[in-house]
Amino acid sequence: MHTKIFAALWFWVVSISSAFAAPHIQHWQAPSGARVYFVENHDLPMLDLTVTFAAGSSFDTTEKSGLAGLTHSMLDLGAEGLSEDDIARSLADIGAQLGMNFDADRAGVSLRTLSSIAERTQSLDIVARLLQYPLFPEKVLSREKARLIAALKESETKPDSIAEKAFGKSVFGSHPYGFPVSGEIASVEKIQRSDIEDFYRQHYQAKTAVVAIMGDVTRTEAEWIAQKLTDNLPQGGDLAQVAPVTMQIKSVEQRISHPATQSHILMGVPGLARKDPDYFPLYVGNHILGGGGFVSRLMHEIREKRGLAYSVYSYFIPMKLPGAFQIGLQTQKHQADEALQLVRSTLRDFIDKGITEKELQASKQNIIGGFALRIDSNRKIVDYLSVIGFYELPLTYLDDFVANVDRVTSEQIRSAFKRRINPDAMATVIVGAPESLDPDKGKGDGR
Amino acid sequence: MRTQILKFWLALAVLWHVLFMSLPQASAGIFEKTLGNGLKVIVKEDHRSPVVVQQIWYHAGSMDENIGVTGIAHVLEHMMFKGTKKVPVGQFSKLISAAGGRENAFTSNDYTAYFQQLHKSRLPLAMKLESDRMSNLHLTGAEFSKEIKVVMEERRMRTDDDPQALMNEKLMAVAYQEHPYRSPVIGWMNDLQTLSVEDAKRWYKSWYAPNNATLVVAGDVKASEVFALAQRYYGGIPARSLPTRKSFSEPPQAGIKRIVVKAPAKLPQLVMAYHAPTLRDMGKDWQPYALQILAGILDGNASARLNRALVREQQLASAVNVEYDSTSRGPSLFMLAGIPSEGRNVTELESGLREQIAMLKRDGVSEDELKRVKAQVTASEVYKLDSLFYQAMQIGQMESIGLSFKDIPVILQKLQAVTPQQVQDVAREYLQDDQLTIAVLDPQPLPGKTVQSD
Repeated sequence: MHTKIFAALWFWVVSISSAFAAPHIQHWQAPSGARVYFVENHDLPMLDLTVTFAAGSSFDTTEKSGLAGLTHSMLDLGAEGLSEDDIARSLADIGAQLGMNFDADRAGVSLRTLSSIAERTQSLDIVARLLQYPLFPEKVLSREKARLIAALKESETKPDSIAEKAFGKSVFGSHPYGFPVSGEIASVEKIQRSDIEDFYRQHYQAKTAVVAIMGDVTRTEAEWIAQKLTDNLPQGGDLAQVAPVTMQIKSVEQRISHPATQSHILMGVPGLARKDPDYFPLYVGNHILGGGGFVSRLMHEIREKRGLAYSVYSYFIPMKLPGAFQIGLQTQKHQADEALQLVRSTLRDFIDKGITEKELQASKQNIIGGFALRIDSNRKIVDYLSVIGFYELPLTYLDDFVANVDRVTSEQIRSAFKRRINPDAMATVIVGAPESLDPDKGKGDGR
Repeated sequence: MRTQILKFWLALAVLWHVLFMSLPQASAGIFEKTLGNGLKVIVKEDHRSPVVVQQIWYHAGSMDENIGVTGIAHVLEHMMFKGTKKVPVGQFSKLISAAGGRENAFTSNDYTAYFQQLHKSRLPLAMKLESDRMSNLHLTGAEFSKEIKVVMEERRMRTDDDPQALMNEKLMAVAYQEHPYRSPVIGWMNDLQTLSVEDAKRWYKSWYAPNNATLVVAGDVKASEVFALAQRYYGGIPARSLPTRKSFSEPPQAGIKRIVVKAPAKLPQLVMAYHAPTLRDMGKDWQPYALQILAGILDGNASARLNRALVREQQLASAVNVEYDSTSRGPSLFMLAGIPSEGRNVTELESGLREQIAMLKRDGVSEDELKRVKAQVTASEVYKLDSLFYQAMQIGQMESIGLSFKDIPVILQKLQAVTPQQVQDVAREYLQDDQLTIAVLDPQPLPGKTVQSD
């Protein structure tokens, strides 16, 4: 269940069923300017919330790549009146759990706490302080930089990390979606405390904050909470924009040697944005290609029929701007080229010939029939609230999800994939490439 | 399919000492019934959402394997998706998928479990399919020879190419001299290369019987209806006599053991693993509870002892970690692990960890530290109610290792009753060199070259 296939589902966090109603979402803007999304539910004596900012790694520069991530990870390491140990201890004392979420678009803090007044008050007080009055202590920063650099050095030896990094670069070129989310060794070394303060002031503004609240509080309490968490965030200043993604890329194949027993293969192109009109056709289509777990075409061809890999998947990572479409697998080195050819022919066939009505029905049945599973816990619902808020999806997103999936036709899928993915112009990365292979032969199917 | 348990548990490892320790208030809303064929059915009613999870737990895991056939429990788990007479290969997954379901399976040292999560109206389908493969599995050489390759790829990915996992595998093989925990769940590669469909058949015939399983159903269901469904689908499968289970008692370790593992990596790592007991008598045991609390005191939050002292203050380590699991069929290890900071080495880190252990033994722990860990246990007990899957999982796990879901509240009470003196006592008794195995990852440089064509 924790295979990549299932992890991939995470990116599709947004979906739903016909049989029962989606939760009622309340939405308002706090006096601070923050946008708030709230679902009231008193079944369990607990509260989940997230506060999210447009402060992910896409706001980094090449020069200081890693700044966004470091700023985010320093938030809970010292705030006005609280040392890093005070923060950790006061949360632990009441059994509250702090979570830090970070990707190319978003930087967020999440809190899970008991909803009883004493626990809730103490945990909200801590989170309010670390969001609005972070100190970024110099001593802690130099330690965290050293730890981050050590982790980056380690990741440079791991085939999956090497592949991800090379893949990002190949797909996005110099666009920040191609930056490693945690930065590079050389750029992290350059980051100063003043850079972090500046980044915080510019990107952690109340007017960009999205507050998602789910659980055992009333509307009045939720209003108070949202304001308390955002009232003293930095104000003013223009919001940074990220440059557009270049959608067309040329065919590139990179082979990187590595002593591992398996080759790690990644293949892809810039894919789709969260608010893309092709979102549902591409989502349903990808479910058939490589997103639907054991019934997908890639799984069938690569694993079930031939035993070439344990994990093989495809997914779109829908982001503010088009995120990657990505196919991945790992296989024993000497089979790498066979597996790669199979992936290419499966993809080409999928794009040229489209899908059958039977496949479409089966995928819809899975997605629609499983809608209830997507919103069966507070945790899942608060994650949806955060996505809906951050990407400014319709408040009826969950209510409409089933109808949107049901409406997708095989022709829409065929047309959307044809427009998005050109099998002759994709980025391919093979880490732990078969050593004997002549690199020129690698172009093969790639044109 | 499926997932092999190692990673599954690693993912949970952080939650583990909090989550598993955290136990539900009494056995509220939990019902049990044993069918005539010995299948125990346990139902946890939870009406928050119109969904259900079915989990079937077979009480056989890699610790029941013999020499030469390691990995067979997990291989059979994969083969369980390869079809029966009535439901041909591939159909199981297709039917569950078309019902809007999610499914998978996992194998551990102690058990093998299969699950489906679906809309509550589809429970009969899940039961029909799951009960069918309990006794009608159609094992063929052709499917076996493909699937064993998948498992070997899984091993390469999870263990052979992952330095940390490789070190842990070798550590287990050295720490345990006799107990079958010394062999990895996924199996030794040489065994995987020589396993046959006959081995799979033998395993299936030996252990896949209703009287060796627990069925757990949690969700928006009525217990009486689930019992009736279970009777209908599983009730006709005859009980079988089970192989005699060997009992193992790991001989006392007679002095420290050290190993070095070389693998492509940048940073060295250190693991110190001490033999430690697990729960046997819920009421009388006290040491496993004290060890569980100790793990929380050392590593239960970012300001717990090890992180505060070694990562934050002394900056001797860039990461530290403590693991201990008090609930398993066999014995346990109390493990302290860490990665030295740049410019520091594993010898210095070992001294740093030893100093922390010496302090524990000498000065004990404070009431404050204890209270903090207990508060986390209490809160996690509430948080757990947000996940049907983990509630079912906890029940299945307890039943599979020879305890009962009814012991869950007892564990909670006993954890809350642990005293500072008890924590100090277990530190003194178990964190001793004579029962210690130390593993060091010795990083090897990578030869690197990139070829690009465009």
